[in-house]
Amino acid sequence: MSTHRCWVYGDSVNTDVIFPGRYTYTLTTPEDIAARALEDLDPTFAANVQPGDVIVAGNNWGCGSSREQAVTTLKYAGVQVIIAASFSRIYFRNCVNQGVLPIVCPALRDVVTTGDVIELDREAGRIIAREHEFTFPCLSPSVQAILDAGGLVPMLQQRFKEQLS
Amino acid sequence: MSGRTFAEKALARAAGVSDCRAGDILDITPDIMLSHDNSAAIRRIFEEIGASRIVYPERVAITLDHAVPAPTTKHAQNHAEIREWVRQQGITHFFEVGRGICHQVLSEESLVLPGETILGADSHTTHFGWLGAFGAGIGRTEMAALWATGELWIRVPEAMRITLTGSLPPAVTTKDISLRILGDLGVEGGIYRSVEFAGDTISALPLDERPVIPNMMAEFGAKNAYLPPDQAIFDYLQPRHDYVPLYPDPDAEYAAEYRLDAGQLEPQIALPDRPDNVVPLSQVIGQPVQQAFLGTCTNARFDDLKIAAEILRGHKVRCRLIVIPASSQVFLKALHTGIIETLVEAGAAVGTPGCGPCMGNHMGIPAPAEITISTANRNFRGRMGTQDAPIYLASPYVVAASAIRGRITDPREYLS
Repeated sequence: MSTHRCWVYGDSVNTDVIFPGRYTYTLTTPEDIAARALEDLDPTFAANVQPGDVIVAGNNWGCGSSREQAVTTLKYAGVQVIIAASFSRIYFRNCVNQGVLPIVCPALRDVVTTGDVIELDREAGRIIAREHEFTFPCLSPSVQAILDAGGLVPMLQQRFKEQLS
Repeated sequence: MSGRTFAEKALARAAGVSDCRAGDILDITPDIMLSHDNSAAIRRIFEEIGASRIVYPERVAITLDHAVPAPTTKHAQNHAEIREWVRQQGITHFFEVGRGICHQVLSEESLVLPGETILGADSHTTHFGWLGAFGAGIGRTEMAALWATGELWIRVPEAMRITLTGSLPPAVTTKDISLRILGDLGVEGGIYRSVEFAGDTISALPLDERPVIPNMMAEFGAKNAYLPPDQAIFDYLQPRHDYVPLYPDPDAEYAAEYRLDAGQLEPQIALPDRPDNVVPLSQVIGQPVQQAFLGTCTNARFDDLKIAAEILRGHKVRCRLIVIPASSQVFLKALHTGIIETLVEAGAAVGTPGCGPCMGNHMGIPAPAEITISTANRNFRGRMGTQDAPIYLASPYVVAASAIRGRITDPREYLS
């Protein structure tokens, strides 16, 4: 069980406001990418986010562009878990590949507000928030294996290392 | 075997298995792996993985289109890194600055064929459904994995069927069809589905209008989108015949169905800041605009430019009009037929084929509070590079007519 502070957002938040396209080819360091997180959605976020904080969102989080920085901007800012009612598919895959846990939990956003602290049990698939308890389904084994490796890059690094040896 | 959707058939083929169903997880090897200005970033991930050679360089396609010609030293450096990588890896399907937008160029080059699968590090890879191919967007890390291993896992999506009936009225286009679908069902309406189109409207559509529909289905949340390929597509792909088109079975299982009578459709427009914030054009007539943009992978083909020229002939624009052809081939044809001349005489600023200001890199970034009417697919806040610069989305007819008055205008007033 771990505890996390929440940042709560609405439905169909798109990747242009999570990480604006105008920065996609100009910012490359983790610090610079993290500094622009949610710039066009919530200007208070980047300056106040703490490692371990989670995003709690409505439907279709991360719709729009396939840009992976929309995940890494949050990861570099310290977010390791994103909980949404549903995810845009490319965003969901980008989370897994970056080792960021995407949790589908439709009802959570109705009971929490920004600043609330929730308890999360990743193994049991359980969230406790304001005395409500929520469960979420486990991921398919192939997806879980990528997350367990820490993302697609570490997973493939291991595979290529084994091929060489 | 029966009861299979297009997606089930296409992904079984791409995985080299005889059959699959929605929900199955497969490792597929796509026919084409597409990336663009993001290829240098993908290269860095590829090297981080520990790989050294691309497994299938002949399946890799790279275009420079997102920021071309390079607007800054940093962008130029990015392009230089990509060119070096292309040389090192022996990538033959490489398209330089000025050739055009990836989805248009790969279509013109017949690099993607009916029944084939393309994965692209670009969300609008759904575009290739216009050829009856399976096209889906992926992230940069996934493209690096594809380069390194030649395969990627994919979950076979559930499908929905959208049936289009009737013929489009004058000045109503596939852009209006796409906007109406988004307006009716919302940006989550097709989330994680194979959106498979059917109906008698499709085969009557001019080829240049067709890609708009699967392209815009990226805004619908679709994993991929599909138009059944017909003789017009086979003729377009001449002289290539080395493909097997795929069609859904009549008894395929669809998770949802939707029908749209195209014959009854009015021009549509998406209001800021969402592509599903759609109303009939008549509700916003007279709204002032400071910039009109005719371009992008959605609506910058020859017919789109021709439509704009028909509306603009003999008029002068009252707001900035930026025209960016989708490709060099489109540009040349528009030059030879006098279309570019008509547009420039009307006051258009014509730019290098590419994505232009669509995602705010360059070539038409609005000032704060300036309003743009655009033929693009996205109008999210800040999309064109300025946070508070609202964007309206509409067809080339509407964008051209609105440029004449500097106000949102019904193009039917200008039809000859």
